Order: sequence, then structure tokens, then C-alpha cells
Amino acid sequence: MDLFFYLGPIILMLLLLGFVTYAILFERKVIGWIQNRPGPNQVGPWGLFQTIADVAKLLLKEDIVPGKADRSLFKLAPVIAFVPAFAVLAVIPFTDSWQFGDFAVGLLYYIAISSITIIGILTGAWASNNKYSLLGGMRSAAQMISYEIPLVLSVIGIVMTTGSLDLNDIVLAQKKVWFIVPQFLAFLIFFIASLAELNRTPFDLPEAESELVAGYHVEYTGFRFAFFMLAEYVYVFAMASLTTCLFLGGWLPLFGLTMIPGILWFLLKFSLVVFSLFWIRATMPRLRVDQLMQFAWKVLLPLSLLNIFLTAIFKEIPVLSSFY
Amino acid sequence: MELEASFLTIAWFIALGILLPVAALTVGKWLRPNKPSSRKAITYESGVDPTGEGWVQFHVRYYLFALLFVIFDVETIFLYPWAVAYDSLRATLGVWVLYEMIIFIGLLVLGLAYAWKKKVLKWE
Repeated sequence: MDLFFYLGPIILMLLLLGFVTYAILFERKVIGWIQNRPGPNQVGPWGLFQTIADVAKLLLKEDIVPGKADRSLFKLAPVIAFVPAFAVLAVIPFTDSWQFGDFAVGLLYYIAISSITIIGILTGAWASNNKYSLLGGMRSAAQMISYEIPLVLSVIGIVMTTGSLDLNDIVLAQKKVWFIVPQFLAFLIFFIASLAELNRTPFDLPEAESELVAGYHVEYTGFRFAFFMLAEYVYVFAMASLTTCLFLGGWLPLFGLTMIPGILWFLLKFSLVVFSLFWIRATMPRLRVDQLMQFAWKVLLPLSLLNIFLTAIFKEIPVLSSFY
Repeated sequence: MELEASFLTIAWFIALGILLPVAALTVGKWLRPNKPSSRKAITYESGVDPTGEGWVQFHVRYYLFALLFVIFDVETIFLYPWAVAYDSLRATLGVWVLYEMIIFIGLLVLGLAYAWKKKVLKWE
């Protein structure tokens, strides 16, 4: 075991905390600009220390556990929600050499581990012994499991094309053309479903401020609440990385511009995905809960099954088969 | 990378994932105030005194969605190996590999259509 094995993940974690800090600021700035206002601009120049101040505030807040709550589960829940969010990053190939665990089943690992977070959310919701949080947690779980099905099924087209679950092979298979072109339907399904998995607007019903107060984490204060939020933003990082690897060619350069290093290409595409997430949040209104579940089962699921057969059919057509 | 090394990497990631919240909450414990009172320990219910238990009954449809989820999640477990091996199976078995999957998915889609018709997917 070399030094990279131990230090690499620690460095990644520090980078991740930096990313989360500035992703939150960037999100608020972008939404501010879209709504024609400056966004946070008081703490530090250009509001640069706003999130740091927020985190410090959360750290200094009293930690309240409601009297009726299930104490041990209540304290455990944020950890259960956070650990898988970080653990999925082990398989993401940032460049051809920057990857922590080169798993032959990388994609399957990501999908399997990421669903554990639902258990953390349900645990927190139930342990709070609060009506709002219980209903919010149940809604959250129903939404996340419903959208997981189209998410998982939509990438099967890519797996059929690559013949591998290794994310490295999937990226390298996109040398000729990125999968967003031949698998455009899959990309649409994947992107919509990932918005729902991330609990982001227009799918932020679990948090729906105006109807459920705050959803599953209504009883959480201080840093325990912060860990639910952290898990959410780490998933933004992970999901944007996964989207980049699956559909946007990962670290592969565009137009043969190989003098720009792969990590910059990765960051560029990754930032584009993250920006799109913020952009959609500022643009779209929240769905109604009845529309939400029907959309997953009646629209996205049949479409993702259709995509599997379309891929199989395109493999048979001589002109197209080189792309599939 | 060999398999053991990959598992060790994942174990290290999980250990770090546990370590960060534990460390942060421990540091927080030294910094934050702690003045518990009986008012603070009351369950939040929009500022009024909570009535009854927090563990209320919820709608049975959540279980129906959970059942549907289990069915289709197991389906994906069968679909992934099939998709990985598709090209080699196609070369040896011919188009039958596709027909088999059409039959398998067809049966499950039949179940989905039944649930759809029974208005299980409808959320009121």
C-alpha cells in the first residue's frame, strides 16, 4: 500500500468540502443573477466567505434532540446518509490515472451504494417522532426508489454498447462519439431521474418548504442538519461526475485538443452539469406529488425499457451499428 | 488493480466517511452551547403543542410502490449481466438473446400494466 492509497481519499475529502462550500455560494449567486439580484455579497469580497460563515454558525448552534425521539437512531441517521455519498466516489475515474478503485463493476457499485442513503433519510425521519418528518421521509423514500428504476434502466443501453460495467471502459468507449449522441433518450431519462434522486427542484417535494416545513430533517439542528445537507451536495458532486463519465466522455478531449490535460476537460464538463442543475432549480416550478409518482412509473420507466430495445435494434442496422 | 486492493480502498472510503461526521460532531461538542430545557425538547409542530404520537399511520400506497420497486430492481439485476454479455451472446446465440429478454421484460410490463389499470400508480 503506497502513500496515495491513504492520502488520496483524504485529499479528495478536503477538495470535496471545498467544492461543497463554493458550490453552495455559486448556486446562490447563479439563482440570484437569474432572478436579477446580486446574491450573497456581504460576507467577504463578492460574498466569498458566506458559506464558511454559515458552516461556522451551524457548528456553534446547540444540538437539540427532541424528548420523544429515538435518541440513538436520531444520532446515527446523518452518518448513514453521509457515508454512502462519500463511498461512491471511490470508483469515479477523474482522469485515466486519477482513480481510487478501478472496479470491474464500478457502475453497479455506484448504483448499489447510493441507494443506502434512502435508509439514512428514513431512519432520521422515523427517529424524529414528528409527523412532518415522518411524512416527508416516506415521500422522500417513495420518490427516490421510484426514480431509481428509470435511472438504473436508462444506463443499460450504454452497458450493452460497451459490454462492461467498468467506468474506465465506458469512458474509453466514447473516443469516437460521446454517448450523449447515440444514447440521447437515455441521457434525458438519466438526467431527469438524477434530479429526482438528488431531491432537487423540480423534484424537491421531500423538502417542500411550503407544505412539509422541511421534510425529513425538520427536527435536526446544528451540525447534524449540516450533514444531511452535506450528503446532498456530495451527491451533486458524485452525480455530476457520473453523468460526465457516462454521457460526456469523462476526461476525453473535444476536437482532439489533447494538449489540454484530461482533468481540465473533466472539470469543464463537470461544471457544465453542475451549472445545469442550478439553472433548472432557478427555472422550473415544483411538481405536484401526484404528477411526480405518475411521471416516474408511466413515462420514464416505459421509455427506459424502450431505450434498451432501441439500442438492440440499432445494433442490427449496418449504418448505425458502429455507434452502438 | 487486484480485487483485495479495491476492497481495501472502499473500506478506507467508508472509514473516512464515518470519521468525518464523528470528528466534526466531537469538535462541535466542545464549541457549542448546551442548555437543555423541557420547552426545547418538545416535538415541533408548527409552534403549537403537539397532539398525539409522532409515529402516525401513513397511506398503504407507499408499500405498493415499495413492492413495485422490488420487482423492477430485481429485474435490473438480471438485465445488467445480460447487457454486459449482449455482444458475445448475440454472436453465438443470434437474435434469440433479444427475444428472450423481450419475453422476460414483457411479463414484467404486463404486471406494470395491471398495476396501472388497477390505479396503483395514481396518487391522490
